[in-house]
Amino acid sequence: MIELQGLTKRYGDKTAVDRLTFTVRPGVVTGFLGPNGAGKSTTMRMLLGLDTPTSGDVRIDGRHYTQLSEPMKHIGALLDAKAIHGGRTAYNHLLCIAQSNRIPRRRVDEVLETVGLTAVAKKRSKGFSLGMGQRLGIAGALLGDPEILMFDEPVNGLDPEGIHWIRNLMKGLAAQGRTVFVSSHLMSEMALTAEHLIVIGRGRLLADTSMADFIEKNSRSFVRVRTPQRERFKDVAHAAGHTVVEAGDGAFEIQDGDCAKLGELAAQHQLVLHELSPQRASLEEAFMQLTAESVEYHAHGAVTPGAPVGAGAPQGAAAPGDQPGDQPAGQPQWGAQWAAKKPKNQKKGR
Amino acid sequence: MAAPSAVLQSEWTKVKSVRSTVWTLTLALLLTVVVSGLICLAYRLNWSDMSAADRFTFDPTNTSLAGLWFGQLALIAFGTLLIASEYSTGMIRTSLAAVPQRATFYVCKAAVAAGLTFAIGIVISFVSYFVGQSVLSGHKTSSLGDAHVLRALIGAALYMTLMVLFAYGVATMVRSPMVSLGILIPFFFIVSGILSAIPGVKKFAKYLPDQAGQKIMQVVSDPDNHTSYGPWGGIAIMGVWVAAALLGGFVLLKKRDA
Repeated sequence: MIELQGLTKRYGDKTAVDRLTFTVRPGVVTGFLGPNGAGKSTTMRMLLGLDTPTSGDVRIDGRHYTQLSEPMKHIGALLDAKAIHGGRTAYNHLLCIAQSNRIPRRRVDEVLETVGLTAVAKKRSKGFSLGMGQRLGIAGALLGDPEILMFDEPVNGLDPEGIHWIRNLMKGLAAQGRTVFVSSHLMSEMALTAEHLIVIGRGRLLADTSMADFIEKNSRSFVRVRTPQRERFKDVAHAAGHTVVEAGDGAFEIQDGDCAKLGELAAQHQLVLHELSPQRASLEEAFMQLTAESVEYHAHGAVTPGAPVGAGAPQGAAAPGDQPGDQPAGQPQWGAQWAAKKPKNQKKGR
Repeated sequence: MAAPSAVLQSEWTKVKSVRSTVWTLTLALLLTVVVSGLICLAYRLNWSDMSAADRFTFDPTNTSLAGLWFGQLALIAFGTLLIASEYSTGMIRTSLAAVPQRATFYVCKAAVAAGLTFAIGIVISFVSYFVGQSVLSGHKTSSLGDAHVLRALIGAALYMTLMVLFAYGVATMVRSPMVSLGILIPFFFIVSGILSAIPGVKKFAKYLPDQAGQKIMQVVSDPDNHTSYGPWGGIAIMGVWVAAALLGGFVLLKKRDA
């Protein structure tokens, strides 16, 4: 178990990690999600006693990291694949770490086997690819057979087969009852591995929720309808038990609607439809919406206000480019908010 | 607390599993022996031109160790790379995650370096001495049984050990191998020599770590090069420098984020 209590790290007047409080529990993979520069790596370094917190506290199984006499038997961490002396062979790299924690030599062979590096064990890690470096880092984390494992962006640099392997490894470790804490900046990756989710942005905690809840809350599906007979359609849909929401650009959004049924309903009442399209806000969008305000580095101009954004604005929507001052057609206006930074105007449009 | 014996073993594995250790220590041996031999040869060839006074103050023991002036550069590189390469490669984070007790980590690493350097240093000083004596044979030589010769030879190994520890302390403070070598190599190779040649500065230059430490290798006293301290006093002065460098390194290692 990892417990953070008001953990804060400031560099000068810049706050990298801002009063983080959460608990990482055993038995599940906990995803630690945030855009680049959100403070994930800094948090992990404080957890390992590498960086000293400005204030607050972080404990591993109730103790500070520096109080652990053989820490690798409690927690194994992959911080980054580059934390390796390239002039040393993979075997010797692992051996010197193992010896410092009185881990038997045979574990070195075992973890090399686990990560599939036995064949290059006697090779200097300088020549390793990024993926091999990641595997060597993971081997180091596994050395002490710890109850807690922490991986910082473990899929970086891995090929598809390697990504598949690490996902299964993490799930397997969690299934054995271990605590698995893994950071990523990719929601899609987390959706496949994590059962619990901690989202941070600009060092602040944005969400601490189960993945199932997050998906349920954030990946809503709906049907967009555009019709010239607005009032009649509304009445008919209400009568049929649908909740109709005005999208703000003249279209309607029907939550959990079914295109076929809505089409038939419209035909029954002889209503003209200009658009009838299924929509689904992706998890990635939900994540970006959540962190939009806190994105540290973003490409200006990549998303301009008024441009169609993501799945929320499929073809068939009124081309927003024609009306520059107008809202984007789709539901997720995060992009607009993000670049324009005029949240008040955004709300007026709804 | 991490067991010091475990950390010592780990640091021993580290030091022997990188090529830079082999390279720097081999270079230290070769440079010291070859340069000492050449200096002895120069004296041998010019022996007939030397005045009686010069012959009298000629120190065959010290001369056969004179190449250490070059050899110490390789030792400085060794002491620097021990810790600075951990910073430049990022290994330091892995090391400190494995041994979060930074004092234990720092002291064990220094102890392994000191032990290894002293052992190699003994080899370097004896090989260099015997090569020098054989070059000088027939002119003025010394033997192991002569007064102070053993002190000079073991003292040379001690000097090498202290030099490595000094570099280790400085490198821990500055973290970058390039910056550390960029400070230490010119200082010991050039600056120290220049300062000791400037009349007014000369008497202060005698308290620099290398100049003070070298006193232990002198067997024949040279009236032109009088110092207020003796051989052991000199090594003690060097020891104070080393202690300061090590302490500085430790304070920063303890305080800084890795």
